[in-house]
Amino acid sequence: MPEPVTEQTISVEINGEAYEQEVEARKLLVHFIRDVVDLTGTHVGCDTGNCGACTVLMDGKTVKSCMLLAIQADGSKITTVEGLAGADGELTPLQRAFSASHALQCGYCTPGMLLSATYLLEQNPHPSEEEIRRGIQGNICRCTGYVNIVEAIRSAAEGNA
Amino acid sequence: MSDTQTVTEQQAELQIGYAGTSIPRKEDKRLVQGEGVFADDAKAHGMGYVHFVRSPYAHARIVSVDVSQAEALEGVYGTLTPDEVAQLTDPFFELSTPPGNAIEDYCLAVGKVRHVGEPVVAVVARTRDLARDAADLVEVEYEPLPVVVDARKAQDEDAPVIHEAPGTNVVWSGTFDWGDIDGALSAADRVIRIKELHFDRFSSTPLECSASLVEYDRGTEQFTIRSNHQMPGVAAIWMGPALRVPLDRLRFISQDIGGGFGNKITTHTYLTCCCLLARKLRRPIQWTEWRTDQHSANAHGNERWFHDIEVAVQSDGTMLGFKVKALDDCGAFPRYEPLGCIIWAQVTPGLYRWRNIRVDFTQVCTNKSPVAPNRGYSRMQQLWLTERIVDIVAHELGLDPVEVRKKNYVRADEMPYTTPNGCVYDSGDYARCLDIALELVDYESRKSSRGRSDGKLVGIGIGSTLDSGTNNFGQSTLMNPELQFSGNNEVATIRLDIFGEIVVTLGTVPQGQGHETTASIVVADILGCSPDDVYVRAGHDSYWNSHAGFSGTYASQFAVTGLEAVKGATEKLALEIRRLAAAVLGATPDDIVLKDKMAALKANPEAALPFMACGAIVNANNAVLPPDARDITLNCRHVYVPPFELPDKEKKYGNLTLTYATQVHACVVEIDRDTGVVEIVDYAAVDDCGVRIHPQIVEGQVHGATAHGLGAALHETFAYDEDGNLLTANFYEYHVPHALDMPPLKTGYIESPSPFSSLGTKGMGEGGGAAIHAVCAAIQDALRSAGIPGVVSDSHNPAERVWRLITNPEESSALVEVVST
Repeated sequence: MPEPVTEQTISVEINGEAYEQEVEARKLLVHFIRDVVDLTGTHVGCDTGNCGACTVLMDGKTVKSCMLLAIQADGSKITTVEGLAGADGELTPLQRAFSASHALQCGYCTPGMLLSATYLLEQNPHPSEEEIRRGIQGNICRCTGYVNIVEAIRSAAEGNA
Repeated sequence: MSDTQTVTEQQAELQIGYAGTSIPRKEDKRLVQGEGVFADDAKAHGMGYVHFVRSPYAHARIVSVDVSQAEALEGVYGTLTPDEVAQLTDPFFELSTPPGNAIEDYCLAVGKVRHVGEPVVAVVARTRDLARDAADLVEVEYEPLPVVVDARKAQDEDAPVIHEAPGTNVVWSGTFDWGDIDGALSAADRVIRIKELHFDRFSSTPLECSASLVEYDRGTEQFTIRSNHQMPGVAAIWMGPALRVPLDRLRFISQDIGGGFGNKITTHTYLTCCCLLARKLRRPIQWTEWRTDQHSANAHGNERWFHDIEVAVQSDGTMLGFKVKALDDCGAFPRYEPLGCIIWAQVTPGLYRWRNIRVDFTQVCTNKSPVAPNRGYSRMQQLWLTERIVDIVAHELGLDPVEVRKKNYVRADEMPYTTPNGCVYDSGDYARCLDIALELVDYESRKSSRGRSDGKLVGIGIGSTLDSGTNNFGQSTLMNPELQFSGNNEVATIRLDIFGEIVVTLGTVPQGQGHETTASIVVADILGCSPDDVYVRAGHDSYWNSHAGFSGTYASQFAVTGLEAVKGATEKLALEIRRLAAAVLGATPDDIVLKDKMAALKANPEAALPFMACGAIVNANNAVLPPDARDITLNCRHVYVPPFELPDKEKKYGNLTLTYATQVHACVVEIDRDTGVVEIVDYAAVDDCGVRIHPQIVEGQVHGATAHGLGAALHETFAYDEDGNLLTANFYEYHVPHALDMPPLKTGYIESPSPFSSLGTKGMGEGGGAAIHAVCAAIQDALRSAGIPGVVSDSHNPAERVWRLITNPEESSALVEVVST
């Protein structure tokens, strides 16, 4: 019987940069992003996939990176919060709106929240309040009661940021 | 020097400027780009990851511990066992009086485990996953013991004793007796008796779990602790003696903290383990708590029972006072407790003019997670009691709870108001706040929809609370007269650097409250510059930032303690700049005005010294200064000490906090009669925290506190089974509000400046749990409006409990009795 494979080399593009790395088969994508690639903007807030702090875009869609193994991301393109602003450092309308509307306090949920909101506005540029709340229901915030997060997303969608 | 003092006073008033405007927060730029630095983000060469082996039992004797298989696993760096902890450390100090202070609390379970999840062994390995694998190889043999999870049974004769040394489960007990409650009960038209109320166990569960990276320098014997502890000064006081090291060997560093809410005040047990491991294994030690660990073995909010309540009431709804037996459940170890046995006394009568109050207070241990100060700490439970009393009394007497509140509220013209126990409510207009809240939910038209018969029960409830801020730590002596704590303090420094840069450091430890931003506003308005010109160092470093014994971020006090320290330091700097400019320009300090980063002659603004020149002269060219200006350093520090006195220990009387912010919430619910599901259809929160330096930040705190209250009222509970297993150990079972759970919030405010802070500010942020009280009140109002006599006797009301209130109201109404005297 062959030995089970416990490590595998993966190729992932994160924020436009290519990484080829041998990883443990059981390593979570979020730990690959945080501990191996050292992009610590993607956060961990739970161990059950509820909180959404680890949300990233994988091939254009939101995923909770604690719910995937790093090897499942092999061959994919990932965007984390560090990849949102332009190369010149210009913040996205959502990032500006989050600050303008005071949609963050401690900032711990913010990266995941921004990526869920980014995906939401790509899919639905003019969401209703109900659609905004539905779009971020997989992301927990313990500071804001979501009031100003909903407001920030609405404001960015209206082009006010 | 008299001239100097006059000059200082002239500058004491803030210039009209940035205070009161919501400038963009300085913290945001890094946080929206994922460039904050949180505790788990720190890495060090060669670090090892900790995983804790935790108790599967709520109460058991540890028979044996075997780490040999774990240590043999490749990639494992070592372990820490209870025996080592017992040899290398002393128990953390206890705050209580005998016998409660005989409790022995170590950083790992020594001899016994006392709650599910208690750490027993620590394992360190090259990776997180390896550490977890190795933890599975640790063999701990337990001998299970009987369990007590219900605080009401903890004092029974046959109750298992959790801590052998004190020989009792009682941590502390005492009587507080103010006014003449027996006389009031005899004189009152009616006495309302309430047998039992229960304030449920939950916590604010910050999204970032606790974490640390600890390094040990063998040469200097110094520990560097990068963590998210929110009150490191207190952590040091616990850890230094336990580790047998001087306090200054413990360097605490934090930058960004992902929420604290008090839940990060008692992580010293874990940090002590990490210190021992860093020293033993000669490598940096990384620890990040898993969510399940956070829920089962870190910091719950205090659970409290209220028994045998008697309220003295006149027929018109005027209340004379009440008496109650309070029973607080602090879980397996007291830690910050029994301070919660006294802190409620900051708000003894709530917002009401009640003069006669007796509280018999007892705190017990149970086989559950320890507690820690949780947003609204201890006052929230007391305020919930006062609000429940008002609603229950009003309904029993057939009166309108809104009118009963107005009749009993302390009036604006009575401010400052001294409570029966000597606390001084500084300012406020509670009735006005209530009116605004009612307007926001359109109370007059909502009233008519009560008692509808379409299957929905409509109710409107009020929650009115006080957020007492800036503790007088002398309150601890009412609990234990031997304790040597009193007053309060906070520090800030400011300097004008060689190139004119203004640099501020704070003693505080922010977790999202925007201290960098509000501090820069205060500085800018005094120095006549822009907040953009002010650099406030992020986070806290006990080797880097000047700090004092009570420094930290807790108990709704930054707007007073933190900003007063900033203001004091900045005024010293402003005076130095003016003296310097006067010396250089050949004028007197009174002739100098600060504006646009210049110190200019009032009479001739063209004659001005730029801040940059000031910084350059003092830092690099000071031989040009006349002798009487050479004491100028442009490097100023101020320690703010509030004007507290020692309370009277015998009478348990005195002022326990400096400021009192007001919150009045109004909640409209619709309850499905068939299922008990509560829907909040309208909600308003009105806040009065005096002068608002940054209104947007204040409002954000109001939103957050409201969300925590709504979560606690309807969704969040730490429920245990009879064997002491936590049933809600993760975010599946412990349901915190999601975006779809939160109703739209309406907010309003008034500003009643505090006469006791020079900026007119009051601490705020904790919020007193107003949303819990408002929801409870609204549910009971919905029942009563439909003719159902149920009494809301629990702070946590999930659908099943509400359904029982609807279908079996006698069960709860039997708790209340009205006696005519």
